[in-house]
Amino acid sequence: MRVSWRHSLGTLALLFITIGHVPGASAEPGPAESIPAADLVQPADLAAEMRQSAQTQPLILQVGFRVLFEEAHIAAAVYAGPGNSGAGLKSLRAHLAAVPKHQSIVIYCGCCPWSHCPNVAAAYDELHRLGFDRVRVLYIAENFGHDWIDPGYPIAKGT
Amino acid sequence: MRLIGAALALTATVAGCVLGGMAGRAQAFSAAPTAPGATDRGKTTGVGDPAPDFSRLDLSGKPQHLGAYRGKTILLNFWATWCTPCVAELPRFSAWQRRYGGEGLQVLGVSMDDDPRALERFLHRLPVAYPVVRGDAALGERFGGVFGLPLSLLIGADGRIVARLEGEVDLAELEHEIRSQLRAPAENASR
Repeated sequence: MRVSWRHSLGTLALLFITIGHVPGASAEPGPAESIPAADLVQPADLAAEMRQSAQTQPLILQVGFRVLFEEAHIAAAVYAGPGNSGAGLKSLRAHLAAVPKHQSIVIYCGCCPWSHCPNVAAAYDELHRLGFDRVRVLYIAENFGHDWIDPGYPIAKGT
Repeated sequence: MRLIGAALALTATVAGCVLGGMAGRAQAFSAAPTAPGATDRGKTTGVGDPAPDFSRLDLSGKPQHLGAYRGKTILLNFWATWCTPCVAELPRFSAWQRRYGGEGLQVLGVSMDDDPRALERFLHRLPVAYPVVRGDAALGERFGGVFGLPLSLLIGADGRIVARLEGEVDLAELEHEIRSQLRAPAENASR
């Protein structure tokens, strides 16, 4: 049986279209998945770091949405603006204007399940573009409540 | 032939991921109603507790008072325009409002967007069939904290929380639960 290229490509396109119409399914993986695994830090590991000497603490930046930050955020975290917008990245740059390039930085969001987070990958890329070379991203699988608050790790509230 | 084989393999892989994801959501749904208070983080907004009352203007300027819907089954949905899984749910919630509204369902959306203009633009492009109010940290806290989206609360006709659903949920199961609530409003109200 001989199958033409056009037929094969058509079949492939149809499969993609069908997949894209599965109710509730994401048509493509979220950009957070583009972050190298070596640059991820697990919540338990970050919480352990936070219990160590203040001199070794990383700078923790929340790069998600303000309303979620105001409800609760990692103790000592700074709100830097959402990575999904130009205004958010501008705010991130402003927060880091006087920070040394070798500073250890952890960014996080936790607005949604990891594969749907619209913020962390853009913020991660921006930090690398700015020359920061010790950037890690807190891996939050479900959301901030499930992965950070429920296990009892330290939080603060407000702005 | 190689391409077809590759396409079929891709289909199998993606279908497995999709079905796997649906199974995860189903577990999330079934866990919440059977574990009273398990997801309320110590607050008084777990399953079985009275839903906190609130009043807000919706985007059309009309007052929305949660208590005014007492006697109806309420689906209170916290969402945001930037939340992909939230947006995926909206058409179903609109369809439910149209289909079950006459039987006593009221869907009420609470947007957690920081930017009200983004919300207005979004709803202009993709309108929903139910009122939407703007939320904030204070409102989220009243409901035990909104620390990730989507979050939906199913509230019975008696004003008590029937289910608290965090993350992506099995919408078929949620619809089944809504229909169960709509079938027995008198029983729920008398509890």
